[in-house]
Amino acid sequence: MTKDTQLPALKSAPPAPAPVPPAAQAAAAGTAATFDVRQLNVWFGSHHVLRNVSLEILPKAVTAIIGPSGCGKSTFLRSLNRMHDLVPIARVEGRITLFGEDLYGRGVDATLVRRRVGMVFQKSNPFPTMSVAENVTVGLRLNGLRQKDLLLERMERSLRMAALWDEVKDRLNANALSLSGGQQQRLCIARALAIEPEVLLMDEPASALDPLATAKIEELILQLKQDYTIVIVTHNMQQAARISGHTAFFYLGELIEFDQTNRIFTNPKQKQTEDYVTGRFG
Amino acid sequence: MNSAAVSGKNGSSARIALAPPGKAGDKVFRLLTWLMAMMVLVLLALVGWTLCKGSAPSMTKFGWHFFNRSNWDPVSGDFGALTFIYGTFISSFIGLLIALPLSLATAVYLTELAPGWVRQPAISMIEMLAAIPSVVIGLWGIVVLVPWLRDGPYPLLLKHFAFLRIFGGPTTGFCIFTAAVIIAIMILPIITSISREVLRAVPDSQREAAFALGATRWEVTRLAVLRYSTRGIFGAAMLGLGRALGETMAVTMVIGNADVISTSLLSPGNTLASKIANEYAETSAFSNKGINLSALFELGLMLLLVTVVTNILARLLIGAMGARQTAAT
Amino acid sequence: MNRWYHHWRKIKSSGVSALCLICAVVVIAPLAFVLFDCLKKGASSLDLAFFTQLPNPPGESGGGMANAILGSLTLLGLAGLIGIPVGVLGGIHLSEFGSPRMNWAVRFAADILNGTPSIVWGIVVYALVVLPITGYSAYAAGLALGFMMIPLIIRTTEEMLVLVPNSYREAAFALGIPHWRIVLNIVLKTAGKGIITGILLAAARVAGETAPLLFTALGNDSWSHNLSQPIEALPHKIFIYATSPYGDWVRQAWAGALVLILFVLALNIGVRLMTRGSAPHLAR
Repeated sequence: MTKDTQLPALKSAPPAPAPVPPAAQAAAAGTAATFDVRQLNVWFGSHHVLRNVSLEILPKAVTAIIGPSGCGKSTFLRSLNRMHDLVPIARVEGRITLFGEDLYGRGVDATLVRRRVGMVFQKSNPFPTMSVAENVTVGLRLNGLRQKDLLLERMERSLRMAALWDEVKDRLNANALSLSGGQQQRLCIARALAIEPEVLLMDEPASALDPLATAKIEELILQLKQDYTIVIVTHNMQQAARISGHTAFFYLGELIEFDQTNRIFTNPKQKQTEDYVTGRFG
Repeated sequence: MNSAAVSGKNGSSARIALAPPGKAGDKVFRLLTWLMAMMVLVLLALVGWTLCKGSAPSMTKFGWHFFNRSNWDPVSGDFGALTFIYGTFISSFIGLLIALPLSLATAVYLTELAPGWVRQPAISMIEMLAAIPSVVIGLWGIVVLVPWLRDGPYPLLLKHFAFLRIFGGPTTGFCIFTAAVIIAIMILPIITSISREVLRAVPDSQREAAFALGATRWEVTRLAVLRYSTRGIFGAAMLGLGRALGETMAVTMVIGNADVISTSLLSPGNTLASKIANEYAETSAFSNKGINLSALFELGLMLLLVTVVTNILARLLIGAMGARQTAAT
Repeated sequence: MNRWYHHWRKIKSSGVSALCLICAVVVIAPLAFVLFDCLKKGASSLDLAFFTQLPNPPGESGGGMANAILGSLTLLGLAGLIGIPVGVLGGIHLSEFGSPRMNWAVRFAADILNGTPSIVWGIVVYALVVLPITGYSAYAAGLALGFMMIPLIIRTTEEMLVLVPNSYREAAFALGIPHWRIVLNIVLKTAGKGIITGILLAAARVAGETAPLLFTALGNDSWSHNLSQPIEALPHKIFIYATSPYGDWVRQAWAGALVLILFVLALNIGVRLMTRGSAPHLAR
């Protein structure tokens, strides 16, 4: 994805000049962070779910988020595309920037954020009243794009990127639920890719699938990382080791360690990390 | 719009500019749906206010005497509702008395005793009965039920039970008791259906425990199921009563339309609803138009209050049963 | 002694079971009787004249109920024009936007209105619309029936929308689709079948109502070209004919009753077929 085309601005008003964070200074060097998370805190009611999380997500790479159940992995992921806005009792504090722009800034439209940061969920959820083709293009159609030829072209492209085109090209008008579980999940990936996000967030995308389907999804992720920033939450450590470049380990709402994947798994710095990856708990 | 993309190669295509969402769409839609939801509250207020305003002249003129006098005289402008209060309550209670045991037994049959293949068709048929319009049942009442009652059961009642003052003749068949039978027919479906839900809500573990102790089918039903559901069944009866109190067309067609109170159930009468229905033909000829119409509105207000109260009671009873069940399991 | 008592308990149980079966038959019997009598007495009168001709003057035999049938359909249309949009949009608000307090109040009000006798609706619309504004008219009658449909449809719509799993809403939000489009194009569409069945049931209920028409439509014996004039409807016609002294009118009343029953039952059965398997609580 080239950066020389105009990206939709996050704000509807002209952005106020923001202090340049160190990550953006490195942008010129080509190692710019996609997400720069500073002191992220999330509460659900009075329950403090995430505490002072700070890290940087690097572009065109796969970052894995691991940790035992209830450690805040999904909560962290959902902060990156402002899904917590939909939960009345949720409160988010801290700063998250996407390519330098503050996601939670005043005047920022969450809907526009979600067009740039796509999400795939644990249980595949293609819309049940729509066909395969309609599911893929729904994000484009309901956001105003009507031209049939463009829609068809985007649909084929997204299905190819999701490694699903060959399997469904003869039944594009079949109901989406007629696909197998693994195919439905790849359909959801195609649906997310169709609106051309820059980031793809994946919340345990293969946990409900059989090993064969899981392998296909992992293969797909390795392909996609050439063009997208991918953040994947997984409870499967082997999966994290297989596909990610960097891994973040969360425990009880705190970020314990964040480093290159091979270092996390072979030579972790924190004792808790070591205990978790060697299977002593979790 | 340039569409330069080649499938598979995604590096060279331009981004499609999607329409900016804008805040207006969400706000307008939310406001629109809110207004529509508020309409329900507005309607309720409108109904209450219209009836109160309409009955105000009658209420100020007659006060509490409206409820204990049975005079209804359009010519002299003197109105009292006692006849219709009596007619409403007597016909409804007798109708409930007839319908409740039948419905309960049917509900027991359908939930505990019926073989699988009988259950669904029987339930469907009972719900079809609920769907039959009141006026059709009234027609059947006039042409079929009344003649049958007049020629069969009623003479028998008069011959053998006339010593009980509640059966005094002669009768045309168009009377309070016939109205009660019609009401019973019309409230059977709702009492059966709610009772069925109530019985079904009893967890199977209760039945199994009773069976394990060697109880017979009837004993299981009596001890494990019915005892647990008394409140809910009261609620079903209340709902049936609410429906009975408001039943209009079929009752109007068989009750005889006489403004009399009599101890005999076989004499004609009127209910609150049937009186209002009957007066519709007179509305253009009201001499004391103001007070006559206002008295009618007061009948309507009474009807509304009495059905609202029974409905609320019913829901409290059925709701309470639900709460108890979740606590126990 | 034990064995004898045990036999007695079993006999008692069988006896009660038999009694319950008898009661079930007694409960279903009226339906059978009414349907049977409608068919027997009404079917023979369902000729072409019935469906195409206007009523004859009292005492004269022949004629038909054509204007009543058309009037019923007209009133149903008018009622739907009010009841469906208000009910569906209101149901959407309760399910997608509402606060717990408001939802409780609206549901409570809707339940009360649903339990209100239909004759009360008649006199209310009489006071609000007929007396001050339009006189006896199709508009007033349609308004009364529409008012009756609103609380019915709002409840069924809300129930159906709440059944739509939240995961679909989440997925749609994650695609950056505006909320209102999500509700209309995805949530509403998913619940579509259930909502339509709710509307059909409300229509069936309202099509058979007579009492509200007494004070609003008045009835007439000719075609209704002007909606601000009185209008005839099938239930009302049946009522007039059934309570009349003319044998020919009573015969026609049976025919009308048969038509009405078939219409209402067809809608109910249609709903049952539509919901088979998908909305278990509706197809009780």
